[in-house]
Amino acid sequence: MKHRLQFTGKKLIRMALLLLGVSIVTFLLMCASPLDPLQTNVGQVALGSMSPEQVERLEAYWGTETPAVQRYLGWLGDVLHGDMGTSLLYRQPVLTVIGQRLAGSVLLLTAAWVFSGVLGLILGVTVGVFRGRWPDRLIRGYCLLISSTPTFWLAILLLLIFSVWLGWFPIGLSVPVGVAADAVTFGDRLRHAVLPALTLSITGVANIALHTREKMIDVLESDYILFARARGESEASVVLRHGLRNVSLPAITLQFASVSEIIGGSVLVEQVFSYPGLGQAAVTAGLGSDLPLLLGITVVTSAIVFAGNLIADLLYGAADPRIRRGAARE
Amino acid sequence: METILEIEHMSVFFTQYERGIRRRILPVIRDLTLSVGAGQIVAVVGASGSGKSLLAHGILGILPYNSHVEGTIRYAGELLTPERSAELRGREIALIPQGVNYLDPLMKIGPQLTKGSREEKVHRRTRRALERYGLGRETAEMYPFELSGGMARRVLIASAVTGTPRLIIADEPTPGLDAKAAERILGHFRELADEGAGILFITHDLELALTVADQVAVFYAGETIEAAPAEDFSDVSRLRHPFTKALWHAMPEHGFNPISGAQPYPDEKAHGCPFAGQCSECMSDCRETDRIPLREFRGGMVRCLYPGEETVL
Ligand SMILES: Nc1ncnc2c1ncn2[C@@H]1O[C@H](COP(=O)(O)OP(=O)(O)OP(=O)(O)O)[C@@H](O)[C@H]1O
Ligand SMILES: [Mg+2]
Repeated sequence: MKHRLQFTGKKLIRMALLLLGVSIVTFLLMCASPLDPLQTNVGQVALGSMSPEQVERLEAYWGTETPAVQRYLGWLGDVLHGDMGTSLLYRQPVLTVIGQRLAGSVLLLTAAWVFSGVLGLILGVTVGVFRGRWPDRLIRGYCLLISSTPTFWLAILLLLIFSVWLGWFPIGLSVPVGVAADAVTFGDRLRHAVLPALTLSITGVANIALHTREKMIDVLESDYILFARARGESEASVVLRHGLRNVSLPAITLQFASVSEIIGGSVLVEQVFSYPGLGQAAVTAGLGSDLPLLLGITVVTSAIVFAGNLIADLLYGAADPRIRRGAARE
Repeated sequence: METILEIEHMSVFFTQYERGIRRRILPVIRDLTLSVGAGQIVAVVGASGSGKSLLAHGILGILPYNSHVEGTIRYAGELLTPERSAELRGREIALIPQGVNYLDPLMKIGPQLTKGSREEKVHRRTRRALERYGLGRETAEMYPFELSGGMARRVLIASAVTGTPRLIIADEPTPGLDAKAAERILGHFRELADEGAGILFITHDLELALTVADQVAVFYAGETIEAAPAEDFSDVSRLRHPFTKALWHAMPEHGFNPISGAQPYPDEKAHGCPFAGQCSECMSDCRETDRIPLREFRGGMVRCLYPGEETVL
């Protein structure tokens, strides 16, 4: 137990350092951005018609005059006190904006994550078992095709087919247009989430299936599978009792590592579907030079990804008897 | 004595694809003939890569999918078809593999040996098999990584006697064990043979093989080149093939004279006797005669044009 706590502690310290690094990189990238916040957000014409005092007030608001180091340290100091600042574009606390956006994305992200994980595992295992025969070639070819297709392109394709031509699903947004917020049903939300979630899942499934296939093939070529066959275990027993068990450990790692891919993919997909989630907010903040919001979003999503990896490590330790029993005996 | 296993002219081929398109058939075992009687220990001795493990897997019917087998294998007098070997393996035909990495690292010993069966009878048999080799009930609750080297070896032997084995194939069951421990394991084999099982003992260690074997089959580049009763090894002049004699001279108590060179790889185009490259007796027609047959000679079998010639060292 002590060992496990130490392990978790070390991971948490690493996470803090990582988040610090991520925020610095984001900050530097924003400073290097060629976009002038005043011109983008206020507009060239409006800016030209303003008095110098007005422009000065705006410059102070967007923080363009403050030296970079001072701005970053100021932000960091506030964050350490639990204040992530106020979004310049939304004029609301960053945490409130992130909370709202995350609530919008969570259905999408979770659905895509669970679906791609489960289906990817099933497909990967099946294909690994049928290696070299037609189910393998078919599914592997499909997976390779999908994983070499850009996500936003796939999103546009699905949008064209299912929303524009067939009209089965809405063209965008997360709720119907012109309906009062409390009149929106869960069914409405679901209908709006289906296509974006499907896009994310299709890419996710392909990746997880291809990786699982490799692991399954390794497992099936191992000495213990050979010996299981030699002991007269049936092919089904070999795959279900030994194959699945041994592929489950790498599958845990894969599944939680895919969190980052799903979140990354959501940025583009939400943009295509005009889905007001966290990914879309990230794009808006980036293009609109909303530094506090962008820093907030990068830090929060990095923390989610990192938490995913930590959970994977802890689950791995609980599932692998070599770690579980090894730690118990210490 | 009843013959349990009878292999005649067995060949194993692998189909490989070179750069995706060119298909190539690779012979890894050629024209192998061997038999094991009830109560007998037959040692198969050969260098690394000579095809010993593939022989074992061929008998069990668990060769990889890109291989095919020619020739006949008979078990207890009847042809051993793939269906029949699937039915018999784990029951009457048992494999004892090399080491602990042949056990599923994530499964406890108990469920591995009972193969997931819920029948009380199976569990009882497994418990008894473990007890027979001094392994208590707690062993069933252990994972492979918790076993010591010797315990793991005993678990593997116990796995063979959870059924009623009439043929046991032991593929290098003693590497990494000191002489004493190896002797104890071989003692268990002798015991199983005395109970009536036929044992095919695969090893690269002739000296070790001679401590228990009744018959020795010598393997070279996927062929049996000699089959001899174990007594013949007491006197080198009773041996038949130059390679067997070279093995004899390489034994520590006979001067430790190792043979120079190596056996040809399975994919090297073979002309004439495969041993020609290392043979001290090689004649010109040895290099030209393809497919030298295995023939009876002085109470054993040999695959050589000039068997039994005196080796000058
Ligand atoms: N799947 C395969 N495809 C192609 N060739 C193979 C395959 N498996 C084994 N071989 C070849 O067959 C030959 C015999 O292999 P095998 O494992 O039976 O040797 P061995 O006598 O058991 O050796 P060792 O003493 O090292 O265990 C080797 O040259 C090997 O390269
Ligand atoms: Mg081998």
